[in-house]
Amino acid sequence: MPVVLENLGKRFGDGAPVLDDVNATIAQGEFVALLGASGCGKSTLLNIMAGLEPPTSGALEVPSDGAAFMFQDAALFPWLTARGNIELALQLADKTSTKASRRERATELLELVHLGGAGDKRPHELSGGMRQRVALARSLAQDRQLLLMDEPFAALDAITRDLLHDELERIWKETGRTIVFVTHNVREAVRLGQRVLLLSSRPGRVVAEWDVTEEHRTDAGRAGELTGVITRRLREEIRRHAK
Amino acid sequence: MPSNPITTEERTLPVTESKEHITSPSLKGNASELRDLEAGLDNLQSDTGRKHGIEWKRVLLPVAALVVLILAWQFYVSLGFKRRDLVPGPLDVLTQFVTMWGEGKVQEAVWTSLQRGVIGFLISVVIATPVGLILAQVAPLRRAFGPLISGLQVLPSVAWVPAAIIWFGLTDATVYFVVFMGAIPSIINGLISGVDQIPPHYRSVGTVLGANRLQMALQIVLPAALPGYIGGLKQGWAFSWRSLMAAEIIAVGGTIGFGLGSLLDQGRLLSDMTIVMSAILLILFVGILIELLVFGPIEKRLLQRRGLLAGSSR
Repeated sequence: MPVVLENLGKRFGDGAPVLDDVNATIAQGEFVALLGASGCGKSTLLNIMAGLEPPTSGALEVPSDGAAFMFQDAALFPWLTARGNIELALQLADKTSTKASRRERATELLELVHLGGAGDKRPHELSGGMRQRVALARSLAQDRQLLLMDEPFAALDAITRDLLHDELERIWKETGRTIVFVTHNVREAVRLGQRVLLLSSRPGRVVAEWDVTEEHRTDAGRAGELTGVITRRLREEIRRHAK
Repeated sequence: MPSNPITTEERTLPVTESKEHITSPSLKGNASELRDLEAGLDNLQSDTGRKHGIEWKRVLLPVAALVVLILAWQFYVSLGFKRRDLVPGPLDVLTQFVTMWGEGKVQEAVWTSLQRGVIGFLISVVIATPVGLILAQVAPLRRAFGPLISGLQVLPSVAWVPAAIIWFGLTDATVYFVVFMGAIPSIINGLISGVDQIPPHYRSVGTVLGANRLQMALQIVLPAALPGYIGGLKQGWAFSWRSLMAAEIIAVGGTIGFGLGSLLDQGRLLSDMTIVMSAILLILFVGILIELLVFGPIEKRLLQRRGLLAGSSR
């Protein structure tokens, strides 16, 4: 089931619109990177898609079972272990599941993010990258077709981020999820997305779109070229607000 | 680093940025190398559990402070400014204490008071917890009753003693009523302020994970508010213990048993400062003991498990 955004708009109170006339269609199983400068309403758009906030105008079509969500900071519950966090998500997603089945599934998910041995650690004992992997496993535990990610790797160091890019790509291929990945990092958008949507700032609107082909993935030069083009367009968009 | 075919337009970009692109598509290396890299980072960056032995400073410093205080007391008494029966020395109090212990008076008083305090406190917890949770979760109810609860917390619960005596006479009900009026509002307030301090994204996560109202309250809000709630419980215990003493001092006789407050009052009636001092020290001692044996360990364990203890002076 595709995700369709039609003339979507959002304003808070009487303020200027944060999002205005956003149009996009995201196919099932597609990995879309949503790119924009800070403060362009990317997170608001994601929150609307997650059902955390209602849009003020327009229509959107998302899978009826809702979406899984991954936040910028891992937002793990500190009173639960890594495994406990995943098991809670499993329990809330399926009230009829048994304890044993949840345990088994949590073990699988921890293995999937290469954290088989860290299940009994508490969030504060894990590194930032490990926490994000637990958060990824938790959002996969929700078992929703649509996975929304709000700059999940922004606060990580470069090596960890590169590793998580590989890991996310692998998991996306293994699970066939539809992923909408919000970022302000052009390189990250090109690295991950099959398609990059550029959101303008104030009001946020989809102003440009690029396809990232297999060629871009295998050829570093081509990828760099595309990154350059997108970066220039993004800077143009930001410069518009200088006046 | 291999050079990158850069188009003419691209040169307008800062050099650092176009260099970055070279590594853009994916990490070089086979899958097992990457896993090793990841495992290496995991081990380097995560906390290795540090074990502590018994910290003698924690035990010795308070004991030393106590010894210093008793010595100062003895020194003051031996200066002889005041009559000995008005300001007895530590040894006089100790002698009186041993005598009362021999008579079984100390045990009886401590047991009676402690039992009442604990039962009254536990019932308060059972009443205050759901009420606090409901008030914290339902905004209109909180707006309606919030100021009243805060007011009740400020109102000294001793003020309820005359009313309680008129309603319940000199029975245990009077004592418990006063304890409830002291403990319940402060536990409710502690829980509410604990809920207020929950980072807002915990609720967002709960919503995204599909929690309904009850699950949100019990599985997310309550555990998240636990540090504040424990703080409220601690304060609630302090209030119930204080209210209990006040009630025992004022309401004596009837079917009300012999507690620490009654012992204190008896000392006053007999004008025997050694009894009064023994009773005060006992009340203080029970308070310290409950903090050290019950609330201290619970709080420490709770904070430790959440990684909130680093750098504190506990």
